[in-house]
Amino acid sequence: MSDPAVRFDAATLEYHGRRIWADMSLAFEAGSFVAILGPNGSGKTSLLRTILGLAPLRSGDVQVLGHAPRRGDPGIGYVPQHQSLDADLPLRGRDLVQLGIDGHRWGIGWPSAASRHRVEAAIQAVGAEPFADAPIGRLSGGEQQRLRIAQALVGDPRLLLCDEPLASLDLRYQQGITDLIGGWQRGGERTVLFVTHDVNPVLALVDQVLFVVNGRWAMGTPDEVLTSERMTALYGSHVDVLRVHGRILVVGESSGSGFEVEEPHHLPTIPDDDRHPDRATA
Amino acid sequence: MIDQLLHLLGYDFAQNALAAGLVVGIVCGVVSRFVVMRNMAFAVHALSELGFTGSAGAILVGASPVVGLMAGTTITALFIGALGVRVRERDSVVGIAMAFGLGLGVLFLSLYPRYATQAFSILFGSITGVSRGDVALLVGIGVVTMIALAVMYRPLTFATVDPEVAEARGVPVRQLAIAFLLVMAAAVAEAIQVVGVLLILTLLITPGATAERLTVSPIRATVYSVVIALVSVEGGILLALATNLPVSVYVTSLSFAGYLAARWIVGPLAVGRASRRTAEGAS
Repeated sequence: MSDPAVRFDAATLEYHGRRIWADMSLAFEAGSFVAILGPNGSGKTSLLRTILGLAPLRSGDVQVLGHAPRRGDPGIGYVPQHQSLDADLPLRGRDLVQLGIDGHRWGIGWPSAASRHRVEAAIQAVGAEPFADAPIGRLSGGEQQRLRIAQALVGDPRLLLCDEPLASLDLRYQQGITDLIGGWQRGGERTVLFVTHDVNPVLALVDQVLFVVNGRWAMGTPDEVLTSERMTALYGSHVDVLRVHGRILVVGESSGSGFEVEEPHHLPTIPDDDRHPDRATA
Repeated sequence: MIDQLLHLLGYDFAQNALAAGLVVGIVCGVVSRFVVMRNMAFAVHALSELGFTGSAGAILVGASPVVGLMAGTTITALFIGALGVRVRERDSVVGIAMAFGLGLGVLFLSLYPRYATQAFSILFGSITGVSRGDVALLVGIGVVTMIALAVMYRPLTFATVDPEVAEARGVPVRQLAIAFLLVMAAAVAEAIQVVGVLLILTLLITPGATAERLTVSPIRATVYSVVIALVSVEGGILLALATNLPVSVYVTSLSFAGYLAARWIVGPLAVGRASRRTAEGAS
């Protein structure tokens, strides 16, 4: 399959009259892992919403899996940012995954043996068997996020959209989640678009990086894009890209230039080898 | 007491009351689950009080109070749906509508001084006063409500517990919010027949909240909620017939006792089991 998973042609998106990005032309290759980076408010989530068919373009064209974006496209799985669920929510992880199969259909939907089997397989694939029957609001953030990935993958999508799936998870859980997503992506012609403010947890998996800042963007391999020259051009002010112990840090002038940089979260806490076991082989 | 109960059960009014209670119990049990999950207690209260305004207005112009009641709850539901679907705005919109609507209710009351008895029965319920025709109407509304809820059960659950992913999967989250308000409007109008405007929450909050304490399985919780609502309503009617006290007293007491029992006796056991499983899973 040589068609890209997603292609934007001269695409312009506005939100409440504000221009998010304009005249953007780029393609995400099928079978690639793309990290989408940039400061808050730069339109990363809007990009996902456009692909999901929830935010129509002002002008230009977008093709998703070979057609115009459709709401509820079964070819797309979606993992939202982790939000803590109400501890008393009467819902098990199993039910959340079940909703990923048929939650959008009308009717009561008594679960069939076939769908129970699929739910069970998805729960096993993310290692969530031990806690799939507990109230989901009482699980840890990492456990909830595992179930969300099972929910996104149970429909067997070709394209997985992740919106800051690691936010507010501690490092131990971040590693588990990225391993799951990376493992799934390598299992076939599968594409992952991974919105994150810190590229380091997924650096070993990333084929392409899309960096969006204030309506400008740069795309390419991490080595092409994450350089001081490209970042300085993108931000319009001096930015240094540093490589420290295999991690990439983007550091801007802090003198009120108004942009955020990737922060070296957790840097001192855990030795690098523990955090990225698969980097050594990459 | 038992003799009196058996004797009264031979009368039409008692049979009508029990038949109406059956319909109201089922409808309220199911709707209450979603009211609790969607945090809509305040909206239920507003729908109920504006149902009172509607029926007061209907009596003033010589129309059927039940029709006025339905009109009041439905208009309120559409108003809340149009202006306050987001959770943050919703409570303000509900409060604003409720304040104005109750003001109208006071106006209608003052324009029709002989209204006191009917007002009392709308405020506190009058299930033993329902006619065979009323029962038929309640059954009709109940059937329509149940069919509507059955059709939207899955997407409504999805939109309630997981709105972001539901939207991404193509669930019409906003339209479902409005559709559910209309279902609530019908359920409120039904429940008012039994417990009245002021005690509405005993049928539209308590059963759902009690069921949540007993199980985490969504379908089982819905079944429990219906059973609790049915026992409260039908038990309340039977006890009232046996003792000559108002039905509302018993319905509210039964549902309250059920909640306390779930909270302190049965519930901790159920939740304890589930938590233990989690702890094992984590270790």
